[in-house]
Amino acid sequence: MNHSKVSELYNRHYGGLFLFIAALVIVPFVANSFLLSVLILVGLYGIVTTGLTMLMGYAGQISLGHAAFYGIGAYASAVMTGTYGMPGIVGILVGVAFAGTVAVLIGIPTLKLKENYLALATLGFGIIIFTFFKELKEITGGLNGFFGIPSFNLFGFAFDTDLKFYFLIWALLIVGILFSKNIIDSRVGRALRSIHGSDVAANSIGVNIQQYKLKVFVLSAVYASVAGSLYAHYVTFINPNLFTAMESITFLIMVVIGGSANIWGGMIGAIVYVLLNELLKEVVPMFFPNVGGEFQIVFFGILLVAILIYMPQGLAPTLGKVWRRLAGRKNKKAAVTGPPNADATVGGSKS
Amino acid sequence: MELTSQFIQLIFSGLTIGSIYALVAIGFVITYNITGVLNFAQGDFAMLGAMLAITFVSMDMPMGLGIILSIGIVVLVGGIFERTAIYPARNASLPTLIIITLGVAIAIRGFAILIWGTQPRSLPPFTENNPINVLNAVLLPQSIWAVGISLVSLIAMHYFFNKTFIGKAVTACVVNRSAARLMGIKPEWMSFISIAVSAGLGAIAGIIIAPISGATYEMGLMIGMKAFVAAVIGGLTNAPAAIIGAFMIGILESFTEGLWTSGYKDAISFALLLIVLFFMPNGLFAKASGKRV
Repeated sequence: MNHSKVSELYNRHYGGLFLFIAALVIVPFVANSFLLSVLILVGLYGIVTTGLTMLMGYAGQISLGHAAFYGIGAYASAVMTGTYGMPGIVGILVGVAFAGTVAVLIGIPTLKLKENYLALATLGFGIIIFTFFKELKEITGGLNGFFGIPSFNLFGFAFDTDLKFYFLIWALLIVGILFSKNIIDSRVGRALRSIHGSDVAANSIGVNIQQYKLKVFVLSAVYASVAGSLYAHYVTFINPNLFTAMESITFLIMVVIGGSANIWGGMIGAIVYVLLNELLKEVVPMFFPNVGGEFQIVFFGILLVAILIYMPQGLAPTLGKVWRRLAGRKNKKAAVTGPPNADATVGGSKS
Repeated sequence: MELTSQFIQLIFSGLTIGSIYALVAIGFVITYNITGVLNFAQGDFAMLGAMLAITFVSMDMPMGLGIILSIGIVVLVGGIFERTAIYPARNASLPTLIIITLGVAIAIRGFAILIWGTQPRSLPPFTENNPINVLNAVLLPQSIWAVGISLVSLIAMHYFFNKTFIGKAVTACVVNRSAARLMGIKPEWMSFISIAVSAGLGAIAGIIIAPISGATYEMGLMIGMKAFVAAVIGGLTNAPAAIIGAFMIGILESFTEGLWTSGYKDAISFALLLIVLFFMPNGLFAKASGKRV
């Protein structure tokens, strides 16, 4: 393997990243409060979708239950800090422990099966967890919701304004993306890519497929749980309807829009989804004045199908090209490189 | 006597809801057998059928005509869905296809919001709905319609797949796709037929449940998922087993609701799904074949 191939595999070009971070630092000071809250939401979703991107793009599995992990984090933090007055970090850790354990329990049996039984299992699991949020009224407050979650407090520093929270969330998101990127460029990532090439070949050279898939699944559950915890602190009021199967599908839509073949795809998808969603909420009522409910889903449903048929890699590769051009590195294949299977959005072979 | 009548009552309602799940579950099995796709839009065909029938009936159309017309439209929608969303992506990976059906499902749901709004609607019963007393339990004629129509549809399906030319061609594709192709059968065309037929079955299910529990734009989600559980219990490829699975889920649900709590009803059904997936991934009735492991 020559040098250029290696740098393609482990692209360590951080110039673009610094530009991006600089933009992230400037934006909140020019944005109004509405845009700031939208960006915080994007950041929270981005954390979830980054984990989901790894699961879909690199382990070739789909989950229809990530809203449940998001909810587990949210309720863990709500109960720990709201009911028991513990520090915020305890809530996050309890959520992570709980979500991680559940992910292991679900992952071990289902990831052994072929044909995406994980999708079905997570779907069922998501509904079970939703039912618990709804029915364990003494702990969660049931459908009335859980009120009065304190703002997030880390070792005495309170993230009590939107601006502080914005920096917390986006810093965490960037760390999360870089962490995932490192994993992809590590032994685990190489193993996952070899699974893409051929299950059998990977297995025969000693790659434990199930184990690697399980690790990624658990990691994605942990990402979702952390995001959920912070979401609870941010909105201070949660109820079970925030964590339905539809919410899990929403996460999936974001990943598909961004493209799961690239680790930045999750974040890009979250940005595009949230902005489009806000736009549609403004525009559609002009044409259908009596419309209510989540009418936007018609648009996202069609978009989902169209992207998967005509642009199966999602937006990330296209945006990546534009980005490289802006960053003045036309000829280098950097920042955005997907896994080797170029034609499939979601990995895994049709077996 | 009190206990037996309650018992019979719960069996009745379990069979009613089970027959709905059976129709949708058969749709899953047919689609899965031919295309290998778990069609998440299956439940939304039921919603579409119910909503269309309600609209036609409220336009003073005779009920029978309205029902047949709505089934026809849903069959058409199913066909269009296959041509525009499944066919162009037929070479994509399985997860991609699954997400495509999810996209179609929420698109249909969104259209329903735009057209019919979010308020629940209901369809009048097919005939006068005076309760009949059977063994001290109350039986509504609509329940008899539900079970009866489901059974007739299922028998019709059996006839279609085993006795008619097109049905046999579809079955041939399930048995051996390449051999069928060598015999001049086009598997792509069969996939079109199977999804259109499944959509029609879904529509029938939605129309017969509409007088019992009403119809909303989001009803498809739950019906679809329950039917999924039924199909998985049956092993996903086995139609009669899926029907048994559907009635099991229906009865389990009505007993949970009647004897314990309605709140945990859904959790119980899906816990059953997880148990089956974990311990018997080939379904409750399968001989050990190891195909999916």
